[in-house]
Amino acid sequence: MTTLASHSPAERQPISFAFLAQVVLIANSFIMLYPVVVMVFSAFKSTGEIFENPFGLPDFTQVQNFTRVLGETSMPTYFMNSILVTGGSIILILVLGTMAGYAVARYESRTNTFILLFFLAGLMLPLKLAVIPLFILLRDMNLLDSRWSLIFTYTAIGLPSAVFIMAGFLRSLPAELEDAARIDGASEPRIMWSVMLPLARPPMAIAAIQNAVPIWNDFFFPLVFIQTDDYKTLPQGLTTFMGEYTTDWGMLFAGLTIAAAPITLLYIALSRQFIQGMTAGAVK
Amino acid sequence: MPVSPKQARTWKHRSWVAFLVVPPIAFMSLFVVYPILSAFAYAFYEWQGLARGEFVGLANFQQVLFGPTMAPVVWNAFLHNVQALIALMIIQNGGGFLLAWLLYKEPFGFRFHRIAVFVPVVLSTIIVGFLWKLFLNPNFGIVNQALYAVGLDSWAKPWLGDSSTALWALILANVWHFIGFPTLVYLAGMQRIPSEIIEAARLDGTNEWQLLKNIVWPLVAPSTTILFTLLFIGAFNWFEIPYVMAGLDGSPFGSTDVLGLVFYRTAFGNQSASIQNFGLGSALATLIFLFIVVFASMLTLWLRRREIQF
Repeated sequence: MTTLASHSPAERQPISFAFLAQVVLIANSFIMLYPVVVMVFSAFKSTGEIFENPFGLPDFTQVQNFTRVLGETSMPTYFMNSILVTGGSIILILVLGTMAGYAVARYESRTNTFILLFFLAGLMLPLKLAVIPLFILLRDMNLLDSRWSLIFTYTAIGLPSAVFIMAGFLRSLPAELEDAARIDGASEPRIMWSVMLPLARPPMAIAAIQNAVPIWNDFFFPLVFIQTDDYKTLPQGLTTFMGEYTTDWGMLFAGLTIAAAPITLLYIALSRQFIQGMTAGAVK
Repeated sequence: MPVSPKQARTWKHRSWVAFLVVPPIAFMSLFVVYPILSAFAYAFYEWQGLARGEFVGLANFQQVLFGPTMAPVVWNAFLHNVQALIALMIIQNGGGFLLAWLLYKEPFGFRFHRIAVFVPVVLSTIIVGFLWKLFLNPNFGIVNQALYAVGLDSWAKPWLGDSSTALWALILANVWHFIGFPTLVYLAGMQRIPSEIIEAARLDGTNEWQLLKNIVWPLVAPSTTILFTLLFIGAFNWFEIPYVMAGLDGSPFGSTDVLGLVFYRTAFGNQSASIQNFGLGSALATLIFLFIVVFASMLTLWLRRREIQF
């Protein structure tokens, strides 16, 4: 470390700076990953082993915590609900977002500015703070305490960003594509479905990832809307589960590991798309 | 635009466009516009459970801001939100900026480090909260265990049970959870700086600190604007981490109470006490909303002014 001070400021990129940068980055990655590693390791241990030897390697053949979580708790139900709610919301977001985005991008109209401003407002307003009227609205529609209450809420939150992503991309497609199809006598719906939309898969993937992660992870709306155990999503069900097994740490870590596994594995497989999708709103 | 004006005027064409546009707008009107407008209206009424009672003017707002039982709780929580905001601005966004700078130079293994820093971001806040709650357990958590292992026994504490450390524990758990986000947004901002600018500065003999302070920081101002605005909104909506790690009452002794928890307790009741007041809840939500809108727009305008075109 003493070499650091001996370098004159005129020297760019001293070796010791690069060394220091490596140390910081390695330490940071360790801090980011080690808690996740401890979580997974602890899931293979009994509670006694966790208390006696919290940092040690487990015996990876000891999977009884996992079999118990999957066999004797409602975790598989929560998991299924999360998939249904996230999947349903993403489908609705993409369908409605593509419809509005396509109209704004491909057809000139005096109302386009109004439509974009309308969705821009939706992008800015935190719907969380309107949860009381939303609660009453869903109750009046008889949707409270159902998966639909979550699907509609998440669609409302995700729709504006999808409209902007889709409109931004669709506007960049050349008009010749449409014109050629139009000369061949294709109808407008056919042009949209068969010519334009097959090209729009990349922005759809971005819109899907950008929305899927926060929806999959959301806790607030299920907490307010869902009472019945059968309809709880994973984050909400996790709080129920954590309350039931407070002293059985092996089970707790196994539950957390199972809850974290799908999204973490998906992220590792598709890290570029995840990073691009999740920072899409903040990176131009 | 591809469609000729003549074509656009046909009835068939119009109904096709309407078919595309009306469902999304109707959906947004029902589930966003109507609830948000109602949220303001609800705050002016008295509520008995789920039933709306009489119009009471500003009484709910008065009780939230100045009432003898509610106001101290609200102001206590508000100060914790402010504390979290300032701490997260410095540690989370500032730390993210420095990490981004280290990654920007593409040192050995930077691809790995870039993926690693974003792993906690994709996890559910509930998982992160429970994980750190277990790690911070006074007897069996790995934080204290690690301190014992290296002989720093006197540093070990019941982190979440001590009102002087509890809020900081939540803030640091939040930093662990989200620092990857500002890091990668800043990294993208730095990668957009024309490399000639940085090379020219290097040739002029600018040292690392001057380069960072006088060149990189001003040129990533657009990233700073959006990150600080998002953090501002997030800090005043803070709910999940405090709820999971410290509980609905902001224990110990209200030292981790934040506006999100107060709002939830007021509107949907403490499950044990089962009291709920939609009028007071709506008034609090309206005040938080107005606060966020006013200050976030001021912050954005102020930050925008320091952005440089290049």
